[in-house]
Amino acid sequence: MTAAGGGAAPAAPPAGAAAEVFVDLRGIAKSFGAIRALRPVDVVVRRGECLGLVGHNGAGKSTLMNILSGALSASAGTLAIAGEDLTGRYDVRGAHRAGVRCVFQELSLCPNLSIAENARIAHPALHGFGWRRRAAALMQAALDGIFPGHGLGMGDVVGSLSIGRRQMVEIARAFTETEERARLVILDEPTSSLDATAADQLVAAARRFAAAGGSTVVISHKINEILAVADRIVVMKDGAVVDDRPRAAFTREGIVDAMGHAVERARSVRASTATAETMVEVPASRRDGLTFRAARGEIIGLAGLAGHGQTDLLLAVQARRRGTRVAGDVALVPGDRSTDGVFPLWSIERNMSARWLPHLRRGGLIDLGRERAEAGAWRERLALKTPDLRNPILSLSGGNQQKALFARALGAPARIILMDDPMRGVDIGTKQDVYAMIATEAAAGRTFLWYTTEMDELFHCDRTYVFHDGSIVAELAAAELSETAVVQASFKDHSVTDHAVKDPA
Amino acid sequence: MLAALRGRIAAAPWIWSFLGTAATWLVTVSISGGRGGEEIISAALTFSAFTVLVSLGQMMVITTGPGNVDLSIPSVIALSSAVAMLVMDERAGMIVPGLAAAVAAGLAVGGANYGLIRLLRIPPIIATLSSSLVVMSVAIVLGRGLKIKPPQVFADAVTTKVAGVPLLAIVALAAAVAIAFVLERTLYGRTVSAIGQSRRIARLAGLDVERASLLTYMLSGGLAGLTGALIAGFSGGNSLDQGAEYLLLTIAVVVIGGTSVSGGRASVPGIWGAALFMFLIVTMLNASGVSPGLRMLITGLIIIGVIAVGGSERAPR
Repeated sequence: MTAAGGGAAPAAPPAGAAAEVFVDLRGIAKSFGAIRALRPVDVVVRRGECLGLVGHNGAGKSTLMNILSGALSASAGTLAIAGEDLTGRYDVRGAHRAGVRCVFQELSLCPNLSIAENARIAHPALHGFGWRRRAAALMQAALDGIFPGHGLGMGDVVGSLSIGRRQMVEIARAFTETEERARLVILDEPTSSLDATAADQLVAAARRFAAAGGSTVVISHKINEILAVADRIVVMKDGAVVDDRPRAAFTREGIVDAMGHAVERARSVRASTATAETMVEVPASRRDGLTFRAARGEIIGLAGLAGHGQTDLLLAVQARRRGTRVAGDVALVPGDRSTDGVFPLWSIERNMSARWLPHLRRGGLIDLGRERAEAGAWRERLALKTPDLRNPILSLSGGNQQKALFARALGAPARIILMDDPMRGVDIGTKQDVYAMIATEAAAGRTFLWYTTEMDELFHCDRTYVFHDGSIVAELAAAELSETAVVQASFKDHSVTDHAVKDPA
Repeated sequence: MLAALRGRIAAAPWIWSFLGTAATWLVTVSISGGRGGEEIISAALTFSAFTVLVSLGQMMVITTGPGNVDLSIPSVIALSSAVAMLVMDERAGMIVPGLAAAVAAGLAVGGANYGLIRLLRIPPIIATLSSSLVVMSVAIVLGRGLKIKPPQVFADAVTTKVAGVPLLAIVALAAAVAIAFVLERTLYGRTVSAIGQSRRIARLAGLDVERASLLTYMLSGGLAGLTGALIAGFSGGNSLDQGAEYLLLTIAVVVIGGTSVSGGRASVPGIWGAALFMFLIVTMLNASGVSPGLRMLITGLIIIGVIAVGGSERAPR
């Protein structure tokens, strides 16, 4: 969520403590072997309330929500929903019966099914003759309600959609109701791949849902988004709740302080390290588009609405598709970890070294000692939280998995680094570290092509190309960059569709 | 304690095949009244050596991911045994060229398989099955129904024992060790495991996906080619049906041995364990005087049972 919709504090919930408690978690703790993911925590969610949940990677947010959704069972503590104590007999089906829905970071739609068919998976009630039509109507209504002008067809196969659109479908499905009501919707990093417009639409929808008596829990690393949507904010750190107060009691700095990290540095135009040597050139895909160019040492931002050709350009460069000129080795930092990034059967170490292997060889054989040493060095550099790099990659939290993917790309001697919206689910502290690292590496002569859905990140770039409908429609120097400029370029003259700038507030 | 043990077994799925092998051997020896235990082991090592050699190739192919399988192994064995015997032509001096020609024939078929899969975008199961028809007819033309005997030196070599262990078993053990080493320590080996987990992710990580796939089908063909020549030497000459049993056998051995059917994780020790297990089951059923029909039924049930108990996939995320 961007500053646009984020300013005004939402109306206070009906008399705070007086509102009926819907979810009551008391003394909930969870351990994974020797690792204590969650110390005993107490959290309540009231009816008609939107709860914001913030904290660093590994602070225990996702673990807590997995317990609430029934995917994990707590090691200790009690869980009550709508006044009924469900401790010990609560699971995913129980959660669903109680009206608890989840939208997770790792999307849970079946890629081989259509949007309508995916609705049926969540709603067994959609059966019998004509279920497909009813499922389509249900999803159509949900999508229209939350993301007006989404442009999706209910028969579209989910796998063919961009990640941003898949996330829209996933979110809309969580709000659909048949005989199964939706009482509490958990949104875990819901906007990580949505563009600013869709993100604002979602905030508005969450507020409407709350006004109608529903509850939501929103987890996000985007502080502005939390401030825009939440009635109350819970801050977690190292598996414990460290702050729990109404939204009005918080400022942006207050939240970041409670999370235990330095306040974001003041925004400043980066001193460019670009040189005259062209490293990447991609001709315009249409007559009215712009040619893409990136120089040695330059950081280039790729902006615009999600799914408008930014990732395609990165993939064209990676594959050195015909027409592109690429003067050097390329390494990619994927953003969609499960489909583009992580080798699920491998250890953290092997996941990191996948891109370095050609350079780890001595006499044609991989030097295992060097592999271990370099992976260890990256663990230090990125403060990767794991006791042993030989642990499976899936033992890490999403943000830490992402760090391993950064290590994979930056640890290779590639001169061009492609980044496909790589900060999804990464906490603020790590982001600052990575931004600094990117600037250092650019100064050392590396070129960065950086697709991001977060406006703030474009300020770390020397130049920004704005994409619309598969081609580049604007080029903004760092000094010209502003959110307004990007939004205007994204919609300028290009057959403005009806999903254009609709202020949710 | 039990959980720790379970963890160890999950990390080493091939343990099941060795447990099965030991159990089957004990039953067989007890059926025959405690006699012939050693002979059984010796025969098992010899015959399993052939199974291991071809199954290593099949394992690599299956490890490159869902849908990948080499169904041309039986006809490559038929072709290469004919090629080897023709080139050797009962002359001791032509043994090495004969073996080289057999391997080369296998490599060529493997390369052609990959070409069909990649260039014509035919699914591997169809590509290797249809190429096997072509290969088989070439083998028929070459062999013209004649059985050529191997040079005496070659026949002696493949049946000889070193310090009581069949030479063939030593060769197959060396091949298994080499493949394990390749998987762990070479770029090619790591790439095979990577593309088995996700071709897309492997490509995005900058790995040469196509080269690894080509090499894998060639490796499978080459190993089948070598095995064909060795079988011909062992059984007194070439014949067209020498490879027939290896179609399902290689797949069963790979799966029972703990290699992931959905790709990405190979299990080299399991190839040996499962090959011995499969041989001993047949031996056990023969020793207990079961009719051939019932024997096949029981073999099938045992394979299903082993996979159900030990070979089940680790639950996906």
